[in-house]
Amino acid sequence: MKLLDGSWVKNNMEDKDKKIESLHLKLIPYFEKYGILLLLVLMILVMHILQPDVFLSWRNVTNVFKQISWQSMLALGVFMVIVTAGIDLSVGSIMMLSLMILAVVAKAGAPWFIVVLTPLIAGFLCGLFNGLGITLLRMPHPFIMTLGTLYIFRGAGNLISGGTPISGFTDEVRYLGHGRIDLQWLGLEKSQYLPVSLVLIAIVYIIFWIFLNKSKTGKWIYAIGGNPNAARASGINVNKILIIVYSLCGFLSGIGALILAGRTDSGYPNAGLQSELDAIAACIIGGASFFGGRGTVLGVFAGVMIMGILRNGLNLMDVSSFWQQVLIGSIIVLAVYIDVLRRDIGTRK
Amino acid sequence: MSSTSNPLLEAKGITKYFGTITALENVNLKVHAGECLGVVGDNGAGKSTLMKVLSGLYKPSAGSLFFQGKEEILESPRDSQNLGLEMVYQDLALAGNLPIGENIFLGREPTKNLGFLKLLDFNKIKELTNAHLDKLKINVKSADQKVEELSGGQRQAVAIARSTAFNAKVVIMDEPTAALAIKEVGKVLDLINSLKKTGVGVIVISHRMDDIFTVCDRVMALFQGTNFAEATLSNTSRDEVIGWIMGKK
Repeated sequence: MKLLDGSWVKNNMEDKDKKIESLHLKLIPYFEKYGILLLLVLMILVMHILQPDVFLSWRNVTNVFKQISWQSMLALGVFMVIVTAGIDLSVGSIMMLSLMILAVVAKAGAPWFIVVLTPLIAGFLCGLFNGLGITLLRMPHPFIMTLGTLYIFRGAGNLISGGTPISGFTDEVRYLGHGRIDLQWLGLEKSQYLPVSLVLIAIVYIIFWIFLNKSKTGKWIYAIGGNPNAARASGINVNKILIIVYSLCGFLSGIGALILAGRTDSGYPNAGLQSELDAIAACIIGGASFFGGRGTVLGVFAGVMIMGILRNGLNLMDVSSFWQQVLIGSIIVLAVYIDVLRRDIGTRK
Repeated sequence: MSSTSNPLLEAKGITKYFGTITALENVNLKVHAGECLGVVGDNGAGKSTLMKVLSGLYKPSAGSLFFQGKEEILESPRDSQNLGLEMVYQDLALAGNLPIGENIFLGREPTKNLGFLKLLDFNKIKELTNAHLDKLKINVKSADQKVEELSGGQRQAVAIARSTAFNAKVVIMDEPTAALAIKEVGKVLDLINSLKKTGVGVIVISHRMDDIFTVCDRVMALFQGTNFAEATLSNTSRDEVIGWIMGKK
């Protein structure tokens, strides 16, 4: 064959290419997986140097975790949606509506175990509504459906509560957002407790890590983000998976509502206002790609932490919240630019 | 060529209308085990429609399909896959963000039970992938490599590996070399030849005479939705086949 003698000469050149390539190929997966953690560690170090007495104190660290507790739930939900190359703008409104339903049900005198379940069910149903709208109504993009429900859910929340705050929940209802796990049996002081919300974050993130990385459905979520046509050609029911993803996103927003109810002890009309943008920002900083199929649960966690630490650190240093906005915006742009550079090295075009 | 005279896949009198348009009229096709059939024709000749009928994506308006001598009615691509009829799409249908192994087993992943949880069995995916790639003599660095890191030829090889991972008996390839660099075409054609040796019947749709004359045993031309000409490779020439495409005998 003609091709045989032709390819003989080329082999040497290919070998050289391969050597350079294999170095990249070995480094890129690690960078992709743990690069964002490096940034997080770096930030913690800088903050520690700037605020050596306060920043790494027990009180401040638990404070950071309490502050990010409900945002971390929204971010995880939005992350799954972004992996499918979609977007969910309604998570803040889902959380507010779930919170209001919780408040109304609690005020009506329902027992605590029912009150605790209501935001989870309400959030799930809101997400299901999004998923059904996107697939059955064949919306051109999830952006449109969830932009619509951003208004619908917040409006509904104000309708059922009359637009006024509803306060005062029982301790059982507040447990997830406000509860403390005493560590005195470890010989620590009474002020050195573990917030229940921190344990909850850990459990939820581990469960979703297993779901996304080890289950068939999780793999299919990534496949849909990578190439929906490939998923369809492989016999995957893409619409069904999308409905599951949006429902879970709503469910996580419902968990966020339950945490927020515990933290603030009230349902209020402005709950979660613009928090969908924070959630999206955390995903993007954490390395999720808007084109879908890319990103890790660990990355989202790092993204949430980076935003939380930045806010906390700037508050400690008395920097105005206007500067916080400028900084967070800059970090989003920088994080995505790093992602663009990484793609240039990692992907053949 | 096949040891038996019965064709693996046979289409008889396939006719397909789209409204008032006749896309295919009374088209016959057959392919034997270990044989490669080349299908040529100009744009709009009905090649793609015919392939979609064979893969179960379209239902023919008339005519019948026989698989290993038995008449089959295909309701969906799933039905044809279950029979062992696989299609390699022109756009490859691979998820670039997933590794080679997970692409090959996408939608049909092996799992293991961990208590009440059903988890993906990554070791088994890797093991089966390596064994399958070895069988087809496809060289990649690792089954864990992401598809987007592969060259066009390697991607085409993965797509072909994917189509044959579940004991396919007939593989239909739509323009398998169209998107490839010249140096990669040879590798894909070699792969088609090794598929034939494992007893798979291959149908290749291609515009490239080089492809047809390197791997095919028989070539048939469609012209305006009908069987126009057919010959074994040894009884025809490039110029004649090019003539068929343009409707000249």
